[in-house]
Order: sequence, then structure tokens, then C-alpha cells
Amino acid sequence: MGETLIKVEGLSKKFCRSLKKSMWYGMQDIGSELLGKRQGSDGVLRADEFWATKNINFELKRGECLGLIGHNGAGKTTLLRMLNGLIKPDQGRIEMRGKVGALIALGAGFNPILTGRENIYVNAAVLGMTKQYVDTKIDEIIEYAEIQDFINAPVQTYSSGMNVRLGFAIAAILIEPDILFLDEVLAVGDMNFAIKCLNTVRRITNKSAVVFVSHNMQQISWFCTRVMVIDHGTMVLDSPNPSVGIDRYYGLSKHDQQISGKGEAQIYGVEMIVDNQNVGEVEPAIPHGTEICLRLKVHISDKRTGAIIHVNITDEAMNPIVCMPLHNTIGKLNKFPAGLLDVQMSIGKVELRSGKYYIMVAVMDSKSNELLTRVQGISPFRIISDRVHWGKVVRHIVPHRIVALKPTI
Amino acid sequence: MQSEQQHITIYTSEPSLSNPRKMWQEMLRDLFASRELAWRLTVRDLSAQYRQTFLGFLWAIILPLANTLVWIFLSRSGVINISETPLPYPVYVFTGTMLWAILMDALNAPLQIVTASKSMLAKINFPREALVISGVYQVTINALIKVTLLLMALLAMGIYPNWSALLFPVALFSLILVGTVIGLSLTPVGLLYTDVGKATPLLMHFLMYITPVVFAMPKEGFSATLFRCNPLTPLILTARDWLTGLTPMHLSYFMVVNAIAIVLLFLFWIVFRLAMPILIERIGS
Repeated sequence: MGETLIKVEGLSKKFCRSLKKSMWYGMQDIGSELLGKRQGSDGVLRADEFWATKNINFELKRGECLGLIGHNGAGKTTLLRMLNGLIKPDQGRIEMRGKVGALIALGAGFNPILTGRENIYVNAAVLGMTKQYVDTKIDEIIEYAEIQDFINAPVQTYSSGMNVRLGFAIAAILIEPDILFLDEVLAVGDMNFAIKCLNTVRRITNKSAVVFVSHNMQQISWFCTRVMVIDHGTMVLDSPNPSVGIDRYYGLSKHDQQISGKGEAQIYGVEMIVDNQNVGEVEPAIPHGTEICLRLKVHISDKRTGAIIHVNITDEAMNPIVCMPLHNTIGKLNKFPAGLLDVQMSIGKVELRSGKYYIMVAVMDSKSNELLTRVQGISPFRIISDRVHWGKVVRHIVPHRIVALKPTI
Repeated sequence: MQSEQQHITIYTSEPSLSNPRKMWQEMLRDLFASRELAWRLTVRDLSAQYRQTFLGFLWAIILPLANTLVWIFLSRSGVINISETPLPYPVYVFTGTMLWAILMDALNAPLQIVTASKSMLAKINFPREALVISGVYQVTINALIKVTLLLMALLAMGIYPNWSALLFPVALFSLILVGTVIGLSLTPVGLLYTDVGKATPLLMHFLMYITPVVFAMPKEGFSATLFRCNPLTPLILTARDWLTGLTPMHLSYFMVVNAIAIVLLFLFWIVFRLAMPILIERIGS
């Protein structure tokens, strides 16, 4: 850990909900700025105004990476824009030491008519680089962006992937910041390029103080040494343990169930049972590796002669993680009769990585495979562990045999 | 490198004017830092502009030429009665519209280029002065093309400039200066309220009729006073007189207008700087 590079004290910013009023307040603010007294620093809100960020404090050292997480509109981007000097705080103070760089608006200043090569110089100039410096780096940029064959073609002929690759390559190769701001730019291009980006960003982040805004908890857990959770403009949590922050973030999110299908079956609830105890909480926190039983109450319409049931565990983005078709003892899909049923099952140890999960239940006709109902987002629960892992499934392995070998030359 | 390591950036809610010394240092620093970017943006915009046209720089002359033809037609056909001009009327109106076009280009440039760069402004911190300077560069280059074409047209019409044409660059400079000052003064409000951008051409069209662009200076009456007070009058007249070898009659007013413009340029630069962060938070990205 190096010296403190960013110091933020009592930072607040207010915004206005109404466009017309916002424009008019803008004129007033310009007027008071010209008179040398800035309105708003007294902390009074005018009509239709609200605090987009309120009283944010933190310090960041070289080598640290602060992840800002929160829902859309929580104030993360506003905070980042103040740090970047784009907008002025209404209250508080930011002090930064060293060169500031940002991977935010990739390819800013690109003109579609000009060639890729010409646009490299434009974009670099916007980032404050001299032509001489770019000349020494241009081959590296072109190679990194993997667009050698197209570099002299107009940018408007590029695919969106090529465009964004070029934009990323320019910024990533040219900037050598002490302080870096990142805003959701890491998933750039196709899979191979995205991995290349992540590695490049990791290289930059090791040498600087980084503020990183993302909704991708995997990236947050991978990069960040600290996590700040922001909700409605205020700091809810600032934790040196990313998994604690991420868990808190999931705790903030509201869940809503999505129901689809023919409506000829109803799910009355899914209960979670741990150690023969019904987990009564709304959103239980379950330690990684716990054995869980599920108790499902389902009603299947009399019109149907038989139905099959699938239970899934999905992540917070409703991506299916574990699929559990309900079988019978002879290894076939179990055929459930019509009527009201109480189904109990053990789903074994949950070896998911820490995060927020939901249950999804789908009921289908056993013959025609018609979807009778599918309910997403039932019984949210959180898996907690002391570490965040890269994989979705985390299994602690104990080797059964360890033998020290003599080195062979 | 070492000095950059020590570079400290501070953002507070304090108004910049509370520390004029620091503000002045930052203004000079940003102006200095703008050079490369301003030129790069100029190259970008001009090459994109000319790459996309077939007639290219001829467009610099097509509009003023069409305008001239309209006025010649109007005066010849007797629809309007134009008093005697000190030069043959076609020469008078053509130089007038060309010079007016340069002034208008300079006037429109700041708001136009800042509006076009909105998304960049909202996301990236770069010296905002670069946009205005790039606008001045572009206007100057386009003006030089216009002047070259104008000179060729003058020679073709039998007007031979004399030594006073050497002073013409001063007049050209002041046209661009005054245009930029007016344009810069409109930019902060114009960025918030599009009314400004819509009303400007209307107002300027009206202003053109009380400036000796297509009409000669009236000798007496209310309109004569209007023409005489209009600060754009000495600019157009002096530029035309120097270019065509006549003796300028309004030199002292010309100097006064320029002196005021330089002071105003400085003031509006400060307003522009102070307004920018406030505007960016209001226009979003």
C-alpha cells in the first residue's frame, strides 16, 4: 500500500427532477458563481431538487481499488463525475495527488468519416496526449486493437466491436495514471478481447488508486480491495471485504416474481429447511456448504393427467445456475398427479459462491410438455462465505493423498 | 515526471472567483494545454467536412454568390431602390456578403462546436477552451479560402487592390474576433436554452440590414444614426475599404470596437469557464 492519493470529505451533489426547473436553476447557479457565491453549499434544496450524493467520505491509497456498487440512480456515476472534475460538488472537497486517468467514454471524439489511424490521434489528443507520444505508441495500439487490416479505413465501416476495441486500446495503452476511474467498460468486445481487457486493467490497477463502478459483481470481487455500497446517494457501507459489500448490495435489491405459462398450476410457496428447522426469514443468509431441504407447495389443475416439475436455482440476474429436474427412484422424470401437493426434497449441500440466489419452479404437462406455470424469483436467499471466488460453484477439496517427490533433473 | 507525481488536484464547492489568482493560473494552464487538442479537432473537423463533399471549398463562395445575385437582381429590376454605393454595386454587395459570412461563421462557431461536443464534455475532462480555439482555427481557415476566392473575383471584376490591402488581415482578424466574442457570450445560455440558437440567425439577419452589407450607408435620418451606432458597421466598412483600396472613414470607431471586443473576450472567457461545469451537470450526457 502506497501513499494516499484520493481524499474525499463530505461530498454532496444535488440534482433536479424537473428539466425546466433544472435549466432555470442552472442560470441562477451561473449567476451566483459569477458573483462569487455558489448557491447550494448551505445545504438547502430548492423545489424538485434532491441529493444525488450526500456526504460521501473516503480515502484511497495507491494499490487500492474501491468498488462502487449500488442500484441504478444510486449516485455512483455522479460521484465518479465529480471525482473526474466534470461537475462541481455542492458541498465538500476532493483532493487528488498525481495524474488522473479514466476508462469511461471509450473512443471519445471519433469522427466516423476519418480513418482509424486519424481517429487514434484525435482521441489521444482529447485524453491530453501529444502527437509525438502517440507516434511512439501507435503500432502497439493498432496491434492491441487487432485491426491492422482496417486501420486506414473510415471508422464508420467498422463493426461495433472493432470500434470499441480501438477505443479501449487507445486509452489503455496511452494512459499511465496514478488515479484511475473505471465505469463499466471492462466487458468490451468478444470473449477473447474481454479477457485481454481485464488483464490490461489489472496491470494498470496494481500501480494506481482505482475507483471502479460496475454492476458485475464478479468483476467487483476480482478487482476490488474495498467495496462501498451506495443507496439513494448515501454511503451505506464501506468495507475492506468485497464479499461483505456485495452481500449488503444484494440485501438492498427488491425481488419481484415473474410468472409465465398457461396458469394451470400454481406455486404456493417454497420453504427452505436447514437442520430440520424452517428458515423463517425473508431473505436468509445461509453459510456456504450447508445442506438444504426444500418444501414446495404446488397445485396442478384437474384438467391435466400428470405433470413434471423442474426446480432451478438462479443467480440475481435470473441466470440458471443449478437445474434440478424432479425424478423418481428409478431415474425417470417423476409424474405428479393433479391436485394440491406438498413436495419435500433434499437438494444437498449448496456449493454456490457467495451471492444472492432465487428459486425458480417450472411445472409442465408430462405428455405434451406444455408449460403450466413457471415462477421466477421465489424465496430469495443469500449464500455467505468469507471469500468471493471466481467460479459459480465452489467446492472445497481435500486431497486424499499427498506425497513429496524428489526433484528429477 | 517527478513534478507530475506531485501534481495536486482539488475540487471544492468554493466558487472559482473567490481565488482569482488560482483561477488565472488555471486559465493560462488550460489555454496552454489546449493547443494540441484544438489543432487536432480542427484537422478532424475540416478533413471530415471536405472529405464528404464533391464541390469542396467552393461551398465557401456558393452561398455568398447566390446572395449577391439575388441582390443584384433586386436592384436591377427596381424592386428595391438602392442609393449610390462607393463601388460598383455588384462588387459592393459581393464583398459585403463575403465579409458578413465570415463574421457569421465566427459568431456561430462557439455554440455550434460546443453543442456538437456535448457527449464528450459530459464524460471527459479536457480543457474546454480547446473547443472554442478550434472553432476560431476553423473559421480562420475557411475565411482565408473565402478571401482568396474574393480577391480573384475582385480582380475579375476589374478592382485592383492597392497597398492598403496589406492592412486587410487586421480587419479580417477583428471580424473573427468580434464574431467569436458575440458567439462566446451566447454559448452558456445557448447550451441550456435552444431558443438562443434559433433566435440568433433571425437577429443577425435583421442586423445585416442596418450594417452596410448590401445597402450603402444612409446619408441622413434615423436609419443613418442606426447604421452609424451599429458596432458592426466599422468592421465591414473598414474591411471592404482596405480590400478595395478606398480610404476607411470610421477608423477610430473601428479601433474602439476592437478594444472593447478584446476586453469582452477576456470576460466571456471567464464566464464560459465558470459556467461549463454547471452546464454539464444540467445537459447530462
